Amino acid sequence: MFGYFTKRLIQIVVVLWAVSVLVFVMMSFTGDPTYMMVPLDATEEQIAQARRLLGLNDSHLVQYGHFLSSLVRGDFGRSFVFRQPAMQLILERLPATLEIVILAMAIALVVAIPLGVYAGASPERASSHAVMAGSLVGISLPGFWLGMVLIYVFAVKLQLVPSSGRGPTQELFGLRVSFLSWEGFRHLILPALTLSVGTLAILIRIIRAEMMEVMKQDYIKFARAKGADRRGVLFKHGLKNALIPLVTVFGLMMGDLIAFATLTETIFAWPGIGKLLVDSIYRGDRPVIVVYLMFVAFMFVVVNFVVDILYAVIDPRIKVK
Amino acid sequence: MKRFAASELFHSFRHNRSAMIGAAIVAMFVVMVSIGPWLVAQDPYDVAQLELMDSFKPPVWLEGGVPQYLLGTDGQGRDVLASIVYGSRISLFIGFTAMLGSCVLGAALGLLAGFYGGKLDSVIMRIADIQLSFPSVLTALFLMSAFGTGADKVLIALISVGWVVYARIVRGSTLRESQKEYVQAARVSGLPNRKIILRHVLPNVLTPLIVVATIQVGTFILIEASLSFLGVGVPITEPSLGLLIKNGFDVLFSGLWWISVFPGLFIMLIVFGINLLGDFLRDELNPRLK
Amino acid sequence: MTMTPLPSAEPTATPLLSVTGLKTYFHTFAGVVKAVDGVSFDLALGEILGLVGESGGGKSMIGFSIMGLIDPPGRIEAGEIRFEGQDLLRLDEARMRGVRGKRIAMIFQDPMTALNPLYTVGNQLEEMLRLHTDMPAGQRRARCVEMLRDVGIPQPEERLDSYPHQFSGGMRQRVVIAIAMIAGPRLLIADEPTTALDVTIQAQLLRLMKRQVEQTRASLILITHDLAAVSQMADKVVVLYCGRIVERGPTARLIRRPAHHYTRGLLDSIPHDDRSRRRLHQIPGSVPNIRALPPGCAFAPRCSAAQPLCREVEPVLAEFAPGHAAACHFPLEAKL
Repeated sequence: MFGYFTKRLIQIVVVLWAVSVLVFVMMSFTGDPTYMMVPLDATEEQIAQARRLLGLNDSHLVQYGHFLSSLVRGDFGRSFVFRQPAMQLILERLPATLEIVILAMAIALVVAIPLGVYAGASPERASSHAVMAGSLVGISLPGFWLGMVLIYVFAVKLQLVPSSGRGPTQELFGLRVSFLSWEGFRHLILPALTLSVGTLAILIRIIRAEMMEVMKQDYIKFARAKGADRRGVLFKHGLKNALIPLVTVFGLMMGDLIAFATLTETIFAWPGIGKLLVDSIYRGDRPVIVVYLMFVAFMFVVVNFVVDILYAVIDPRIKVK
Repeated sequence: MKRFAASELFHSFRHNRSAMIGAAIVAMFVVMVSIGPWLVAQDPYDVAQLELMDSFKPPVWLEGGVPQYLLGTDGQGRDVLASIVYGSRISLFIGFTAMLGSCVLGAALGLLAGFYGGKLDSVIMRIADIQLSFPSVLTALFLMSAFGTGADKVLIALISVGWVVYARIVRGSTLRESQKEYVQAARVSGLPNRKIILRHVLPNVLTPLIVVATIQVGTFILIEASLSFLGVGVPITEPSLGLLIKNGFDVLFSGLWWISVFPGLFIMLIVFGINLLGDFLRDELNPRLK
Repeated sequence: MTMTPLPSAEPTATPLLSVTGLKTYFHTFAGVVKAVDGVSFDLALGEILGLVGESGGGKSMIGFSIMGLIDPPGRIEAGEIRFEGQDLLRLDEARMRGVRGKRIAMIFQDPMTALNPLYTVGNQLEEMLRLHTDMPAGQRRARCVEMLRDVGIPQPEERLDSYPHQFSGGMRQRVVIAIAMIAGPRLLIADEPTTALDVTIQAQLLRLMKRQVEQTRASLILITHDLAAVSQMADKVVVLYCGRIVERGPTARLIRRPAHHYTRGLLDSIPHDDRSRRRLHQIPGSVPNIRALPPGCAFAPRCSAAQPLCREVEPVLAEFAPGHAAACHFPLEAKL
């Protein structure tokens, strides 16, 4: 157990280091940040001084050394635009993103599990084919476009929900969340729905494929021979076995949701880290981009860690090594 | 033998309704992008042909629609259908070319890694692992934020995220093929490595790539659309379908839905067709691949 | 091999199970597979029946037909399965679920795959009680412990919380037997219950099953290709070839004086433990393509005694001694 955690910790450090190299190399491409720092009417001298202060005259290796050492010290730099620590900006906006990502994942699971189980248990039925065709449409459409269509129909035409922004928030365990009030929830529903569609469609296909495989197993027939009803056979004996491979892709899906949240948040003017990233890219706000990358990488590692533990919880044959 | 496989594939294709539908959609788009520009009345990027008077015309079946503009016009009086025809060319070109590039790059790296093994192998595969743990859209978005807009830069970004999947597949099958006797025999007979790889290994690892390549064209079209929608994809001078959606988004709240909805529908249609074909090929060529 | 002749007890009451003219066909792309083709037999309460034949002979499908577990492309085309007075083929799915597990239980061939890997043995055992009894939870656990002890699993209290992968193959099959017996079924169908197991534990498990059905006065259908096992277990035997019955009769008589050449062939391929070291015989050829059976007797192509008649006319099952019948134009023993 101890060895496992040590290994994981080393892995986290390696991933973060790799990302830091990647970020640094990429940022060296994006051109000179000096002009972001100095006033428009700065003199040559002022610019040269700024360059010196930023360490841009040093060799790349030295620059990377500075970059890395400030990261290690927990100094992730300040946003050029907001004049605030970049990490603080990310953390402020994180709850908003987590809110739609988690709700989207919940919607996807709640809808995809019954549909996928059904389509996998009776793959030849016309309704199963319809489910599959629907899921193929789901993975074929651009999510941001779907969001726009939803905005047009439900916000512009029917005026059932607001078209953009985050509603009022309440404090919950020190995080500001919006799903506690009706008005907040009304703001939340369209973005979460939009974000969920792609994941939902993929989940249906994965669950169906796994269920089809599981339904061929002897223990399913044995369960039927025991006299279990269809629900018991499918959900007790079938689904749990089908979920094991699903756990593997769970991490990837969370990653995709966070990635696509950039688009969803942009459409709905949702003040999360995705919109912050897109805005920062427009403004060339380099420190924020760097922190976003590092932070998201860190989140992925943590999610994969959770996935490993989930594995051991679901499958008794696997021991946490 | 090959002809037989081809005819077998063709046979099951003829009996697979969704594969036929997929092929029909793809064929329709191929026709549209190749001869479409001669069929539509207007070159939407020739300012001389635009009538500002005709701006914001709704589709023909709505009140105020004009037969001249089947799917309506945008704020500059650009025919939406014509924009879609021209935009599809860009979207499909980027999707297809990026797939080809990824395939060539990935297959080459996979062959090298699988055939030579050792340090080269572990470096290539380590990079692949790290990339795979990051969503493609996000990686492409970062690359574009560093590169700036442009179709060529979109291609580079897509290839940078797309090669990984080929490299992994090709490396795996190369490892398997290299163990087989015919490769061993070729090695013993002193054939140069380059010839062994190209003549003996490569042809035997290609089949699984066809499925991945097909589906990837669709994925790339979607990623390109996302990038362009965020404003870091193609420039305004060569608008893909994704950029058309972005342009329409600004006026959506005024109720002018057709400018953004139709380009999106066309994206959905082409990717759907590609996915239908990809599903069919997967079932036929390598049923194990999920 | 010692054999005690059975008292020729004519069952007077209605039998527990009575299968009549059962036909189970599989409709595949390559044609119709007649897995079970007009099979009839009776089984009295407390009786043990051996269903014997080579693999691929459709034996298992008889078991699954009785359980109502034939899935497409398979279908029961005709026949009647009368159990405790009612025709199972006419029961709806809900009523059939009440029969499965509770009145008729089944043991599968491979204990490595029959148990769900994700649930404890106790959970899977208890599931039967949850499904078929209204026993309170506390009592259920005690009953499970008792049942595990009954089938010879040491330390049953602790083993209840173990997962299937923590058991050996033989122990798992004991668990499967426990699951099958815990709801007190009247009929147990064992489909090749020892084939997947080590030879050394096969006999133990057969004895265990026999003891279980005798204790609870249940009946047993033992489906197997192993005529030696059947000879030690069963009261009567049905021999199947290509989905049809070729011979049936009381075990002792059928083994001593087989009438059908196929039965003879099966008997000759049993290794004997006497010292004579006779060469083992093997039936020449293999089971024919069941999709395209030849006209006449299905066994004719492999039969040493086949005559032109055998290749043209299908023999019918004819009784030539009380309870002993064979479908052969030229039986080894024409009369008593």
